[in-house]
Amino acid sequence: MATNYETHEYDVLVIGAGGAGLRAAIEASASGVKVGLICKSLLGKAHTVMAEGGMAAAMGNVDDRDSWKVHFADTMRGGQYVNNWRMAELHAKEAPTRVHELEAWGAVFDRTKEGKISQRNFGGHRYPRLAHVGDRTGLELIRTLQDHGIHQGISVHMEYTIVSLLKDGARVVGAFGYDRERGRFRIFKAKAVVVCTGGLGRAYRVTSNSWEGTGDGVSLAYHAGAELLDMEFIQFHPTGMIWPPSVQGILVTESVRGEGGVLRNKEGKRFMYDDIPDNYKSQTSMDPEEGWRYTQNDKNAKRPPELLTRDHVARCINREVKAGRGSPHGGVFLDISWIKEKMSNAPEHIKRKLPSMYHQFMQLANLDITKEPMEVGPTTHYAMGGVRVNGDTQATNVPGLFAAGECAAGLHGANRLGGNSLSDLIVFGKRAGEHAAKFAKENGAGAVNDAQIEAAYKEAVEPFERAAGGASEGPYQVQYDLQNMMQDNVGIVRLQNEMEFALAGISKLRARAAKVAVQGHLEYNPGWHTAIDLKHLLTISEAITLGALDRKESRGGHFREDFPDKDPEAQKYNNVISKQADGSMKLRREPIPAMPEELKQVIEEMKN
Amino acid sequence: MNKTVTFKIWRGDANGGNFVEYKTEITEGLVVLDVVHKIQATQANDMACRWNCKAGKCGSCSAEINGIPKLMCMTRMDTLNIDKPITIEPMRAFPSIRDLVTDVSWNYRVKQKIKKFKPRTPDAPDGTWRMQQEDVDRVQEFRKCIECFLCQDVCHVLRDHHKHDEFIGPRFLVYTAALEMHPLDTEDRLPELKQTQGIGFCNITKCCTKVCPEHITITDNAIIPLKERVVDEFYDPFGWLLKKIRPQG
Repeated sequence: MATNYETHEYDVLVIGAGGAGLRAAIEASASGVKVGLICKSLLGKAHTVMAEGGMAAAMGNVDDRDSWKVHFADTMRGGQYVNNWRMAELHAKEAPTRVHELEAWGAVFDRTKEGKISQRNFGGHRYPRLAHVGDRTGLELIRTLQDHGIHQGISVHMEYTIVSLLKDGARVVGAFGYDRERGRFRIFKAKAVVVCTGGLGRAYRVTSNSWEGTGDGVSLAYHAGAELLDMEFIQFHPTGMIWPPSVQGILVTESVRGEGGVLRNKEGKRFMYDDIPDNYKSQTSMDPEEGWRYTQNDKNAKRPPELLTRDHVARCINREVKAGRGSPHGGVFLDISWIKEKMSNAPEHIKRKLPSMYHQFMQLANLDITKEPMEVGPTTHYAMGGVRVNGDTQATNVPGLFAAGECAAGLHGANRLGGNSLSDLIVFGKRAGEHAAKFAKENGAGAVNDAQIEAAYKEAVEPFERAAGGASEGPYQVQYDLQNMMQDNVGIVRLQNEMEFALAGISKLRARAAKVAVQGHLEYNPGWHTAIDLKHLLTISEAITLGALDRKESRGGHFREDFPDKDPEAQKYNNVISKQADGSMKLRREPIPAMPEELKQVIEEMKN
Repeated sequence: MNKTVTFKIWRGDANGGNFVEYKTEITEGLVVLDVVHKIQATQANDMACRWNCKAGKCGSCSAEINGIPKLMCMTRMDTLNIDKPITIEPMRAFPSIRDLVTDVSWNYRVKQKIKKFKPRTPDAPDGTWRMQQEDVDRVQEFRKCIECFLCQDVCHVLRDHHKHDEFIGPRFLVYTAALEMHPLDTEDRLPELKQTQGIGFCNITKCCTKVCPEHITITDNAIIPLKERVVDEFYDPFGWLLKKIRPQG
C-alpha cells in the first residue's frame, strides 16, 4: 500500500524554510549532498519575515567596545543563566561572520557614516549591536537566503505539511506528509532530517505568530523520541497591537523604543522607572534626558528602562493594566511622536527609521504614529524552550534528527534578547546543515516502514471518515478553546491551581480533538489542516504546562504569582521532557553542566 | 457599528466556478481577511484561502477585492462600501487552484532564471566592503518587495495578453533592478532583459506602481532606468561606435 505514495529521496531533508531552515539547506547543499526543503507556505513567506528589529552580532561597527565576550555575557544575563552556555558562546563568536556572509550574498543593510553595516540599540544589549534594514530585517534575511538558495540545487517543496517523522529502529530516516494544493501524500526518505519549524505561539489566543506557528517540529521530534527542554519559558513580547480587536497580538517592534519611544500609563507617567531589577541597575539610567541620549547613540549614556529585557517590560505593562492605570483598550501607551520636541524633522525621521510600523498603524488602526501614541500590550511571541540539542552539532538525542532555530532550545535560556533570534537562525542553521550533511555522508540510507506510514495516513484522514460517520464538531472550536485555556491559565502570570486546571483541560480537549470531523475534500482544505495541527498544539501545550508546574520560581519568561522570586537552586537545572513507552509525557530535572572557567570569568568581568 | 454585510466570494477550481453569497455581521476594525476567516470558520470550513502573517509583511493573501488587486489583510472594511455586496476573487493573472488560492509557481521559475548576485572582491581592509547609505537607498526601496505578485496580477501584458513565456513582469524587473543597481554587483543582465525577458513589452502604464502595497515606485525607479540602460547598451550608435574603437574590460 505504502508503495503507492510518490517518494522523494534525499541525503538531508530540512523541514521548515524560515531563516534557520534555509540556512541549513544552503550549508548542507554546499557540502555536496542532495537536499530537500519542505515549506509549510510558499518559499519566502515564513514567519522570519515578521522579524523587525535586527540581528545581533558583536561587530563593533558603532561602538568598538563591543566584543563576543560582551554579547555572550548579555545573552546569559538575559537568559538568567539557564542557557546552554556553549550555544551562547558559539553564537556570540560566530554571528559577525554569518552577518558578513549575508552581505556577500546580496543583503543590503543600513550603513554607518563610514559605510559599514550599521548597528542599533536593543533591549538587554549593552552596546548598539543589531545589524538592521529599517524595521524589516527579517524580510531582508529570508529574501537573501531564498535568492541565494534557489541557485544551490536544493529541491524545494512548497506548501507541504509533514505529519510524521519516519523511523528505522532508533534512527529517523525520513518524513511523511502531504501537499496543501492537492492533498496528495508523499514519502520523503532522508539519511538525516533537520527540523526548523519555528514557533508555537498559536497555542495562545493573543500571539504575534501566524497560523504556521503550531509547534510542528517540536511535536514531531517529541513523538519520534526527541527530548524537549525548558518548555515553560515562553516570551510574551511587551508590545503587541491591541486595537482594533482583529489586529490584537501583531508585533510592534522593540525598535520603536530603541529609537526613543517611551511607555506611559493613562496618567502619562513613565512607569518603567518604578521597577528596575537589581542586576540591571548599574546599566540603566534614571534620567530621561540621559535615556534619550542613549537612544541617539551617545556612548557615555546609560539605557532608559523601556529597554530592559522583554520579560520584565511585559510584566510591568501587565501590572499597570491590572492596577487600573491602562489605556482605554486594556494596554498602555507607546509614544514615539514625542521626539518632535527633540528634532524638527521628527515625522520624516520616524517614517525612515520605522517605515513598517508607520504603515501598519496607518493602515490597520488608522493612526499616525508620528502624531499620536500607540496602544500596546503583551503578546505571545517566542518559545525559548523546544527540542533539546547538542550545542555544537544541533543533533538531538535521536540519531539522524537535528533541530535549529526557534524550535530548538538552549541558546536563550529563560528569556531571549531581541535581535538574538535572527542571529540564532544563521549561526545554528549553518551548524545544523553542516552536521546533518556529515551524518548523511557517514551513514547509509535507512529503511522506511510501511506500517508507520499507513498509521500516519490513517490518523491524518480520519476526520473525513468521522464526518461521514455523522460526527459534527469541527476543529476550529477545539482550537479556540485550547487557545483560551492556555492564554488564561498558562500565560504571562501563572498559578499552581490554574495550571492544574489547564492540564486537566488539555486532556479533555485531546479527547474532543480525537473526534473532530472535517467536511469536503483534501485539496487546500483549511478545516482539515487545522484538525491535523491540533495534535501538535495539544502536545506542546501539555509540555509547556508540565514544565511551568514543575518550576516553582519566577525566572525570565516564566512568572509565577505564587513563587514570585528566583530560586538559586532552580538555576542549576533544566527541565527535560520525553515521551514514555506507554505514550505518556514525563518530566525530569537535569543539572546544567558546569561552565568552563574562562566563560565564568567573562561573566564576572562583564558584571559591572 | 455591527452590521450584516453581503460578500460574494469566488468558489471553484481550474475547471471553473462561480460567486457564492455569504452574509455575515462585521464589527469595528475588521479587515477583509478577518471576514474571510469568519466565513471559513462558521459557514464554509473548506473555503481555500492563502494567508500567513496577517500584517502586510509576507504577501500571501493577495486577491481582487471589488475588482482591485489588494492584500486582504491590509484592506480595512471601513474603506469599502458595505451597503453593496463586496466581491472577493482570486488573482486573475494566474491559474486557479481552488477558491481564492492561485498557482503562483510561475513566478518562482522566472526568478530562478535571473542571474544571481555576483559581488566584486571585498576591498575594505577588514575583508568586507564599504557602501554609503545614499548609494544603497534605491536598492533598499526595491528590496522592500514582499512578493505578493499583485503587480504581476494587474499587468496587462500578463493578465490580458498572457505573455508569461516572453515577459518576466514588474516584480522581476524590480528584482533585476535591485541586482543591477546594487553597488557591489558585477554581473550583466541587460542582454536577457532585452532578449528573453521582454522589457520592451512594458509600455509604462504604471498600473503596477498603483497596486504595490509597499509603495515601491516600480515604473519610475526600476523599469524606466532599466529600459534606459538597455537602450544605451543596444541602440545608442555613438556608444556602439565608442565601444568598437575602445573596447572595455
